[in-house]
Order: sequence, then structure tokens, then C-alpha cells
Amino acid sequence: MDFLYSIDWMLIGFFLAKTIFVLVVVLTMVSYTVYAERRVSALIQDRLGPNRVGFPITLLGAKKDFSPILGGLGQPIADAVKLLIKEDFTPAHVNKFYYWIAPALGIGAVIVSLAVIPFGSTFLGVPMVIANVNIGPLFIFAISSLGVYGIVLAGWSSNSKYSFLGGIRSSSQMISYELSLGLSVIPLFIILGTLNLPDIVTYQAKNGWLLIPLTNGHFPTLRETLLWIPVCISFLVFTISMFAETNRLPFDLPEAEQELVGGYHTEYSSMKFALFFLGEYAAMIAGSSLIVTLFLGGWHCPFIPDGAGAGGLDAFHALPPWFWGLVNIAVFFGKVALLLLFFIWVRWTLPRFRYDQLMRLGWIFFFELALINVFLAAAIVAFLPN
Amino acid sequence: MAYTVSRPKLSFWEKMYLPQIIGGLAITLRHFRNMITGKTKVIMQYPEEKWDASLPPYYRGAPALVKDEKGRERCVACQLCEFICPPRAIRILPGELPADSKWAKVEKFPQQFDIDMTRCIYCGMCEEVCPEQAIFLRKDYAITGFSRDQMVHDKTKLYEIGGTLEGLVFKWNPLK
Repeated sequence: MDFLYSIDWMLIGFFLAKTIFVLVVVLTMVSYTVYAERRVSALIQDRLGPNRVGFPITLLGAKKDFSPILGGLGQPIADAVKLLIKEDFTPAHVNKFYYWIAPALGIGAVIVSLAVIPFGSTFLGVPMVIANVNIGPLFIFAISSLGVYGIVLAGWSSNSKYSFLGGIRSSSQMISYELSLGLSVIPLFIILGTLNLPDIVTYQAKNGWLLIPLTNGHFPTLRETLLWIPVCISFLVFTISMFAETNRLPFDLPEAEQELVGGYHTEYSSMKFALFFLGEYAAMIAGSSLIVTLFLGGWHCPFIPDGAGAGGLDAFHALPPWFWGLVNIAVFFGKVALLLLFFIWVRWTLPRFRYDQLMRLGWIFFFELALINVFLAAAIVAFLPN
Repeated sequence: MAYTVSRPKLSFWEKMYLPQIIGGLAITLRHFRNMITGKTKVIMQYPEEKWDASLPPYYRGAPALVKDEKGRERCVACQLCEFICPPRAIRILPGELPADSKWAKVEKFPQQFDIDMTRCIYCGMCEEVCPEQAIFLRKDYAITGFSRDQMVHDKTKLYEIGGTLEGLVFKWNPLK
């Protein structure tokens, strides 16, 4: 506890730098996820999507601005500017205090949960995680379930029936899926014996990713093969619950446009609406980061050394370790981006579930499946000790 | 009368959701791939590419006044188009031809002829009703302006869009 009595400016500097880095990267990712969502959905539906707002490359000497590749990349910036300068309208019939606090709660919870995600190995000896706590996933579940307050308060304080229904749906949906979300990852902790996210990633770098055990280059043993079954079930339940947790289609009942106008953010405009939007996509990013960290090896990529220059192919050791530290960060965000594309792909494929189907799936199917899975993993670990 | 809709019998794999979901994902991925590789070609990049060449002969665009092959204006300011126009987009100020004019028997000519394009519905009634075949719907469809004033086409503008029409009167074209 020495650090409480002496001020280590280096440490504070590192934390600040890492926090700012994560914020900048995640917020940029959010805006470009929205762009990717629009582009990918368009391509899936045989359209082109936003391809006009480019960067003014004529100012840099290019012949014309419009180009099929760069076109549209300026769209997120234009959208952000639009949302910032729009009129921020507060309806007269709302409960002002909760109406104002709800968007901040919604996005704040999500951004805080990013703090425990290890987004890289080490860079110049500094571990690439903002808060290296021993209860990583529990912290995330605790904080991200606070996010539902934002939605419920928004729905209630708006004093409108559509918003209210959206808020109610959201809270009941989150309660029913949080259970299977939490239960589904217990087999992982039984196998790994730790709740520390950086340790989980280090374990996967050494012993192969949990979902794809072949990444360490060794043929899996009987124990690993058997343990792979509960891990696959956890991955399935966890990913699907994450869809429900982040209000994505096929579980986007809180903001079902056809039934509820806009759901809980019907009465919001301008930047307050944008905060909900931002929070929703940031939650997607946080969820994807958690899936990547738990199941897909985090920052680890086969044959690539970590930030200390250990592991990987010998030929790669010629380059300095800090370079591989950067590569690890890029690998992590690359995996997250691929998972986000998967989220988008699913959204534009599946229709929305009916409300009773959603509840049935959560309470009758996934909850039991996750529960049985815990015992399955425990039995394998008990009968085949390492 | 109420009747029972029989639900389709689902097989085991259909009930399991996941194979069906993967099938759906494959369909959307195929559409995505066909767009990326350029196999799907359904989109026209509008301002760069236009469909003017494939407009049908009976297309109804902006109404315009035409002159005959000798450059005389056909309109005699009878105001029939002004009276028939459903949204009342046309305003005509008729003038009297001087008695010593060569065409004095025509009596009237339009001093002002304004069509408010914010009101025009491109119905073609003016063209139908015109006894002198002086007003026609042309193929211009991108009528834009920065103010309401700019959206009012005056006589000069209308003749500019219309141009001249020679030979067979277009109005009695069976396709038009």
C-alpha cells in the first residue's frame, strides 16, 4: 500500500496516458462502427451506403474529392458535428433531473467497464491495462448492469408511453440475460483458476486460446479436448447473452422502431441522444473486448512475440520488443473489430424475437444450459486433474 | 368466421435455430460478397450517372413554351392552361397585339408567362388543353433553386427549356 503515501508521478502519467489512449481509440472505433454498420448493412441489402462525405483531398492537390474507396470516411465526423450543433430540446413534461442524468449514466458505466480490459501485452515494460484488478469479469458485470439505470431512468423520466415501455423491456431483458451471462463464464474460471483478465490472456498465450486450443501449436490432450466442449457452450451462451445485454438485434426490443418509435430515447435529441447512441456502440465494443479477452486469446496472435520479446518465432526477435508491443495492441483491436463486424452481420440477417420468445430463451434455455455447463466443466476438472 | 391456421411442422434441426441462423448468415454474406466483387449491379451513382438516355418518350418533365420553326411564339394567351392547371401554378398576363401588326387577327400574346415550379405537379393538363400546341412537358426533372423566386420560371426561362418544335405537332403523337 506504499503507493497511497507517496505520489509516483511516473505511474500517474502512465495511467493518464493509457486512459486517454483507450478513450480516444474507443470513441473513434464507435464512430467508425456506426459507419461500418451503415456500409455493411447497405452492401448486404444490395445498396452502397454513405459514400459521399470524403476528406477534401483536393486541398492537398488531388484532382477530385469523390472516390469510391475514401468516399464516406468523413461521414462520422460530419455526423458528430451535426449532433453537437443541433438544438438540444428538453420537453416540458419530463422530470428534468433524471432526464438529464440518464444519458451520462448510460455511457459512463460502459466507459468505466473498459478500464479492466487488457488491450495489449506490455509496451516498454508498462502493462497495457488501465486497472489490473483481480476481479476483472465481475467488475465488468457489476458496472455494465449499472448501465441499465441509464435506460430505465431515461424511459421513466421522459414521461412518454413509448419510452416507458422501452425502459421496462430493457430492464427485464437485462435481468434475464445477466444471469446466463454470469453463469456461462464460470466454467472458464474453473478451468483457469483466476479472475484476473491479464492473467487469463497470458494463460491463453501460453496454452492456446480457450476457444481455439490449437494456437499454441501442440495437439490438445484428452483433458483439453474434453474441456473444449464446455468452453464452446460458454462461448455460445456468452456471445448470445452479450447480444441481449447490448440491446442488439435479434434482441433489440427496448428500441424496437416499429413498435416503440425509438424506445427509451424517443424524447431525446441532439447530443443527449448521441450519448445513448455512443453508449450503445461502446457497450458493443466493451462486450467484444471481453469476448476476445476471455475466449479468443486477447492480444495474442500465433507466431508473434509479446511486448517483452518472449515467445513467437525466433526470426521475429530481431525487431525491438516495443514494436511487438504495438503489434499486440493492433492485434487486440483487430480482433475486436472483426467481432464487431460479426455483430453487424448478425443484426442485418436475423429478425427480431418476440418478447415471450426472448424471455423463454433467457430463462428456460440459456439459464439451464449455463448451469449444466458449470457442472460439466467441474466434473471434467475433478476427474481429470492437470 | 374464425379458422385455425395450421403451423408448419418443423424438423429437429429447424427447431434448433442455430443451423437456420447459419443459413441466413450465408445468404447475407453472399449478397455482401456479390456487392463487393461487383457481381450485383443495380445502383446508379446519380449525379455522375443519369438516366436521361433511358427516359421513355411519354415522360412528363417540366412544362415549357415552344416556338415554331420560324421563331414565332405559338402561345396566344388564351389562358386555358391557367384555368385548367389543378395546383394553379400558371400565371399569364395577356397583352393586346397592335392593330397594324401583321398578326393582328390573333389579338393576344402573353406579356408575362410564369410557372411556379414549387406548385407544378407535372400532370400535363396544360399540354392537353392547349389549342395552339404552345406548351409541352419536356424531359427536365431536376428543377432546383435557392429561393422560391428562383423556382418561378418566367417566359425567357420557359422558351429556353422549350426551344423550337418543328414538323409534326408533338401533341398528337400517340405515345405522348
